[in-house]
Amino acid sequence: MKTSDILHETYSSLSANKARSGLTMLGIIIGIASVIAMTAIGQGAQSSIESSIQSIGSNLIIVAPGAQRGPGFQVSAGRGSAKSLKISDANAIASDVASVKAVAPEVTGRYQVTALGTNTNTEVSGVTSTYGDVRNVQAEEGSFITDQNVESASKIAVIGPSARDDLFGAGTDPIGQTIRIKQQDFKIVGMTKAKGGSGFSNQDDIIFIPITTAERFLSGDQYVTTISVSAQDSNSTTQVQNDITSLLLNLHHISDPTQADFSTFNQADIIATASSITGTLTILLAAIAGISLIVGGIGIMNMMLTTVTERTREIGLRKAIGAKKKDINKQFLVEAITLTFSGGFVGVVLGLLISFLMTYFGILETTVSLSSIILAFCVSAGIGIIFGYYPAKRAANLNPIDALRYE
Amino acid sequence: MIEVRGITKTYKTGDVLFEALKGIDFSIKDGEFVAIMGPSGSGKSTLMHILGALDNPTSGTYFLDGKNVSTLSDDELADIRKDKIGFVFQSFNLLPRTTVLRNVMLPLVYSGIDAGEREAKARKSLLLAGLDEGHFHNLSNQLSGGQIQRVAIARALVNEPSLILADEPTGNLDSKTSEIVLGTFQRLNKELGRTIVLITHEQDIAEHADRILFIKDGKLIEDRTTHLKRIVNQK
Repeated sequence: MKTSDILHETYSSLSANKARSGLTMLGIIIGIASVIAMTAIGQGAQSSIESSIQSIGSNLIIVAPGAQRGPGFQVSAGRGSAKSLKISDANAIASDVASVKAVAPEVTGRYQVTALGTNTNTEVSGVTSTYGDVRNVQAEEGSFITDQNVESASKIAVIGPSARDDLFGAGTDPIGQTIRIKQQDFKIVGMTKAKGGSGFSNQDDIIFIPITTAERFLSGDQYVTTISVSAQDSNSTTQVQNDITSLLLNLHHISDPTQADFSTFNQADIIATASSITGTLTILLAAIAGISLIVGGIGIMNMMLTTVTERTREIGLRKAIGAKKKDINKQFLVEAITLTFSGGFVGVVLGLLISFLMTYFGILETTVSLSSIILAFCVSAGIGIIFGYYPAKRAANLNPIDALRYE
Repeated sequence: MIEVRGITKTYKTGDVLFEALKGIDFSIKDGEFVAIMGPSGSGKSTLMHILGALDNPTSGTYFLDGKNVSTLSDDELADIRKDKIGFVFQSFNLLPRTTVLRNVMLPLVYSGIDAGEREAKARKSLLLAGLDEGHFHNLSNQLSGGQIQRVAIARALVNEPSLILADEPTGNLDSKTSEIVLGTFQRLNKELGRTIVLITHEQDIAEHADRILFIKDGKLIEDRTTHLKRIVNQK
């Protein structure tokens, strides 16, 4: 039996049962398409989360105050509530710790902010000029807080795009406008570039003012809310984190590290944690998709077995007119492989389409990897061979006499 | 040329032995039209399977065109069926939802004839079997019983076999259509000199052949020329 004949036989027997062939292929199509789409979604989620963590700043270490503890019975007001960090701590980190690129202390609070006829409750952050470098914030219009502003404790503000939208309306130019925070007038001198929300918080709903102004007019004391430190490179972050910890313990006269009145976070740790979560998510999604792929494969075996039973007399006839075992075997195996291959092909196209549409409609920036396509396709070919082998062997081993008599 | 010498066939079901054929001898010359007749359970189907190279005898020898077929392997038997035997079955066994031409071409697929030559050969044998050219592209399930059996005869002829083996070919047909099909066999035998073996349990069907072999209880009990051959007048 020639190859062209086998292909012809396969084509005519599959097209004779179009509905059934189509439904059988659907199992494989869904399996393959979901493997590709799911891994693309998983990897897309991973890179989107990583990039939004990166946007907070690069090689960042954040120092935050510890929990406030009262004397005697320990009532904790929660992590970060204590007032234990000062600007002097930030200056000490900048001068004494090696491999530090920049240090940005910050005094943050939520205030009701009013403009002409509107008001909003937003985060007001007192910062220094280094904040922009450390936390990846740039002025889109006007300028960011300068050293001059900090020195003279000027009542100027740099507004985030979301806060601008709330106070002045989207698309307006806020520069030169005046806002009131805690009975003080602030002149807006700049607006930051949009960073986008990352689900947890909106990084654009914020107003920056000089740190000295914040201390004098808003918080009224010398304490800072957080100190952001950016290390020279990603390799030195751990070292810098350890050095900061020992420096501050020393400055605060604390000998037992477990009693520290501050805590430090390393951005690399956050990324690693997020990556491991999204990695697990990707595996989970792929596993679910893989199960549907196997179910699709069993569907193929089921259909092939039904076909063998249904076509027993045909197999008997083919044998009676001279078909050998290997001819029958080949015919049924090629049928199964054709089903999985064409299903696999359609599945790959569908998977790519789903990933493309997800990106196109802005649901998620998906990343289709070539390896997932190759893997899915090889698996589908393998399924065709494995699940087609048994039915084909059964067909080939039929006794022609019994097969011809089969009712 | 068929030579059957001392053929026996024993089936074993569990511990029970069943002797379907108990030593049969006969020979059939090229160009003969022979009916093998016997009641059901007589062993005529078993004999037909052995003659058709679908099965090996338990003992004895079967020569077809001088070749000993009785001891061949499955694949060698498949080759014999492909080259030397054309089957016509009671239940037709055409491929469903397939055109008449493709059905007739099917044996040529297995004998490795070039795709280009197949259709010409199929058309030739369909005309020999007496099917109108208008039906050639019909699907097999759009034909009447008589037409279907002619397609099956054409399929049996297409490889130009030494032997056409018809197993109860009229069993599913009404008497009028049966006559036409039997007439087709007579014409193929007389005009083309085909060797035909017809297996039946009906006397009047068997009487369309030139010679009748009576089988009963696994033995050949009578071998005679037909007293009064029924001849179908073909138009």
